[in-house]
Amino acid sequence: MSDILVSEQSAPGADGSGRPSGRLLEVDDLRVEFRTRDGVAKVINGVTYHVDAGETLAVLGESGSGKSVTAQTIMGILDTPPGFVTGGQVRFHGKDMLKMSAEQRRRIRGEGIAMIFQDSLSALNPVFTVGFQIAEQFRVRRGMSRSDAKKRAIEMLDQVKIPNAKGRFSNYPHQFSGGMRQRAMIAMSLALDPEVLIADEPTTALDVTVQAQIMDLLGELQRERQMGMILITHDLGVVADVADRIAVMYAGRIVEEANVYDLYAKPAHPYTLGLLNSIPRLDEKGQELRTIKGLPPNLMNIPSGCPFNPRCPMAQPVCREKLPPLLQIGSGRASACHFAEELVNRD
Amino acid sequence: MGRYLLRRLLQLVPVFIGTTFLIYWLVWSVPGDPFAGKCGDRGCPENFRAVMTAKYHLDDSIWLQYASYMKNLFQGDFGITFGGREISDIILTSYPNTLKLAVVALAIEAAIGLGAGVLTGLRRNGFLDNLVLVSTLFLIALPVFVIGFVLQWLLGVNWHIVHPTVSSEMRITELLLPGFVLGSASTAYVARVARTSIAENRRADYVRTAIAKGLPMRRVVGVHLLRNSLIPVVTLLGTDLGALMGGAIITEGIFGINGIGRQVLRAIVTKESATVVGIVVVLVVVYLVMNLLVDLLYAALDPRIRYE
Repeated sequence: MSDILVSEQSAPGADGSGRPSGRLLEVDDLRVEFRTRDGVAKVINGVTYHVDAGETLAVLGESGSGKSVTAQTIMGILDTPPGFVTGGQVRFHGKDMLKMSAEQRRRIRGEGIAMIFQDSLSALNPVFTVGFQIAEQFRVRRGMSRSDAKKRAIEMLDQVKIPNAKGRFSNYPHQFSGGMRQRAMIAMSLALDPEVLIADEPTTALDVTVQAQIMDLLGELQRERQMGMILITHDLGVVADVADRIAVMYAGRIVEEANVYDLYAKPAHPYTLGLLNSIPRLDEKGQELRTIKGLPPNLMNIPSGCPFNPRCPMAQPVCREKLPPLLQIGSGRASACHFAEELVNRD
Repeated sequence: MGRYLLRRLLQLVPVFIGTTFLIYWLVWSVPGDPFAGKCGDRGCPENFRAVMTAKYHLDDSIWLQYASYMKNLFQGDFGITFGGREISDIILTSYPNTLKLAVVALAIEAAIGLGAGVLTGLRRNGFLDNLVLVSTLFLIALPVFVIGFVLQWLLGVNWHIVHPTVSSEMRITELLLPGFVLGSASTAYVARVARTSIAENRRADYVRTAIAKGLPMRRVVGVHLLRNSLIPVVTLLGTDLGALMGGAIITEGIFGINGIGRQVLRAIVTKESATVVGIVVVLVVVYLVMNLLVDLLYAALDPRIRYE
């Protein structure tokens, strides 16, 4: 069923030949499934996106949409089993990482592509100091001496604006506040000056005020270093300020891709529209919050046709029969909806 | 860290008093005449009884007896046997042997148990995993004396790989087999605990982070994973030294080692109460010291404990 999807919007050079296309990082028709005792869950069903240097791509979606699994596959930290890549490519500087040796992939981690995780308390090792965990990168990957590595680690803590970086070096993760811990996490991921940074819900576990600070910091560091950034989130509010482009995921597929302005102004997929409508608004105080009815699909049994059709307010018979491919609509935007044109052109 | 250590040390005091009193009370309250059977068929002469009663305060209340015993103990005086031998002398000759055996057992336990645990924890459900699970179950199910006699017969008597008994020199090579026998059940437990601990932590977020940092796999496992997984294993190993020493009676018997097990057994049979108490008190001290070490090692391994 998922084989019907032919990604006609694939990036140039993504014709399966693996020919370099000048893109920094490209995910091309990626397919991942989880083989469990209860059955096979098709978690990623042909995801295609790319990110260039100096640009931020936000990947938006509910839990279970496959946004984190895509990131884990890029990083090569997918738990196998149960997760298996069944198709597609992940190209870094045009080379397919899925065909590389374990050692080649390891070298890219941290240095080429680095990642920030959601829950900094569990993502940092509780029994080593924060400083050790940052300095470790310089010592193991750069062969620096203990004292040089420490100096560089303190510099990194300074760069992410941790006050008293020198004193904080020998603190343990549990002695940091949530925000400080996430800053330390950022310092750790940027230590080897990566070209691509994947931030997997970096602010979800934080207070709202701290969220803004962390997003500002990330944006600032991304601009300074001209990194390509993939920002994974389910929070539309987080995305608006930082992202250049947004890819919306649903049931392991990209359902819409557009720049921030177009997406917010004229969403071209009913799912995106639903997400935008579900943001609580001050001028609707007291009214019931709007939600998207229904639940995300069971990935072991994805509805035929458009996977969103059981929840879609615009669903027509065609939606139950035919899977809409991700098609270019206008410049630089794409939608996987049979009625994308109507959606954009209404009003 | 200093406060942590102080608190742990203070906690030892009531435990030490409580356990030693209990032992003292149990041993000296055993019904029957402590002099029965001590002096041949005719019974003990009156003046011997008087001297011994005075020496052990046998007419005083149990509290006074215990207090004076403790007072002597802290001056290094463990008392004498009814035969007139210094008990500290018995302890000094037998304890080092048992300690040596127990340390060898502990080392084997740590090496084999931890090694098997780490290997199987990383690769669950493989051939090695099943092999270890079955063989550890075997070791746990069989009593020590069966393992001891079977291995002694096979390796010592049948195949002549080792000498079936241990000489009085107590060479380390001679102690390998008795050490393995003594620590066999514990080795199996260590392997299983380590396996579970490694397998659990293998999926932890911080391990994923370490991999995402591009660290080599042996560093991810050897530094990040192992340090966290060691915590439950350390408890098991640390508290086991005391148990190994106390439980060495059978192993010592099989391999002819002159250790505390043999001495305690003899003292119990001949109602040498002072000897029993003396040996057990030292054993209690070993337990307490090992427990303290485990607590300190804990704090060293896991900073969250240190800063509580």
